[in-house]
Amino acid sequence: MNREKRYVMVVDTRLCVGCKACVLACKAENNTPDGYCRDWIVEDIWGLFPNLRAEIRSERCNHCSNAPCVDACPTGASHKVDGGIVLVDHDLCTGCKACIASCPYDARYVHPDGYVDKCTFCAHRVADGKTTACVAICPTKTLHFGDANDPQSEVAQLLASRRHKVLHPETGCEPNLYFLT
Amino acid sequence: MLPTLLEHTTTRINAEIDPALHIWGWEIAVYLFLGGLVAGLLILSSLLLWKPREQTPSRILQFAPLLALVLLSLGMGALFLDLAYKLHVFRFYTAFRPTSPMSWGAWILVLIYPVAALSGLLALGPDARAWLLKKLPLAKVLAWAERKRQALLGATLAGGVGLGIYTGLLLGTLTARIQWNTAVLGPLFLTSGLSSGAAFLLLFKLDEVDRHRLVRWDMLALVVEAVLIAAMLLGFANAGAAGQLAADALLGGAWTASFWSLVVVMGIAVPLLLEGIEIKKHLPLVAVTPTLVLLGGLALRAVLLAAGQDSGFRMLP
Repeated sequence: MNREKRYVMVVDTRLCVGCKACVLACKAENNTPDGYCRDWIVEDIWGLFPNLRAEIRSERCNHCSNAPCVDACPTGASHKVDGGIVLVDHDLCTGCKACIASCPYDARYVHPDGYVDKCTFCAHRVADGKTTACVAICPTKTLHFGDANDPQSEVAQLLASRRHKVLHPETGCEPNLYFLT
Repeated sequence: MLPTLLEHTTTRINAEIDPALHIWGWEIAVYLFLGGLVAGLLILSSLLLWKPREQTPSRILQFAPLLALVLLSLGMGALFLDLAYKLHVFRFYTAFRPTSPMSWGAWILVLIYPVAALSGLLALGPDARAWLLKKLPLAKVLAWAERKRQALLGATLAGGVGLGIYTGLLLGTLTARIQWNTAVLGPLFLTSGLSSGAAFLLLFKLDEVDRHRLVRWDMLALVVEAVLIAAMLLGFANAGAAGQLAADALLGGAWTASFWSLVVVMGIAVPLLLEGIEIKKHLPLVAVTPTLVLLGGLALRAVLLAAGQDSGFRMLP
């Protein structure tokens, strides 16, 4: 049966130590400009001292199934490709920044060359059958990437067996970055 | 009880995104203001010139639609200055994306030019027409426009309404910015554009009848604007945590002083009072009132543009 792919990333917040290897791997792989990053580490601490709870998350573009950036883009530069990956076509981008304003996760930025840039789920590597740079380097096996519509995939099995959440589900964007809690 | 978030740290420091989103500056505020002003001018001049007149209308009214196009070009110039990838500006016109308000806006802007230019020809008095026909071979165009007078003025009116609403919808549909996430912005910017357009015309010499009408319309627009602002705040009050965040900026937060002093008092309350006095006491209108209305319109765009960018989902629990 021909089944549509849905690429997702699963972040195990119980394993992440916030080493930032994913951030550096992304910079090296995608040659992001100085002072900008496509992925980043967030550390949240909850509770009432001394009963504290911490969560460390590796965050990036959520490649939303219902992506507001694609809807807001006036030229079609922001678009979806196979597997639901959201990309920016540099040749079509005017740098109008409507997509940046439309993103609830603030995952985008203006590249010094003028176009808008963000995480690509390493689409160039995925096309070669490889995984993303951040997943490949993660030393604690926090990050997982794959097709959530394939029941045999690692990500599908993690989502089936572990408690998980997405960030700001109230936006209705149907984000594809999952956090195991 | 839910645990309270004590500390939130991030390694991301992308310029213009962190610590607070600030991607659109004065260029967009000026563009939104001029877009609204042009919308107002097109709507008001179409209404005032709807019926052909026996007497030549005042000079400013004759040139209002053409002047609107000059102002629109200035606004589009400001828009162009904001683009990060200026060489790709033509890409707006190699696509039409029905889900994107900015795409609608880009096309509305270019469609307004021919329609308003033809209306501009119709608005010209006999002297100006004679001068123009000596310079340019437009006799046939003018005759055609004269035959289609109502349709052209109607199209100009519709274009003005579309432009005015679009400037508000542009922000209103970017729902990731919580403060812009209100349906009131479209009508609010349209009304503000109408009062700006009336104020702009009132800066010039007008016939008594036109002047009287424009002052009345300006007052009505200002009242509606005040009601819409109240509706916006009332909406925030009933929208839970997101509404609270949106309202905070204007009711005690960073943008409170500029919003209430520049937009509400300077741009709406004082001009309304002055126009009321001028009408009641039959005083000659001075340039102060329209200037305040125009500055208030600019302040409305600037404050909401800045406050909205500072209200992302990351600020919600």
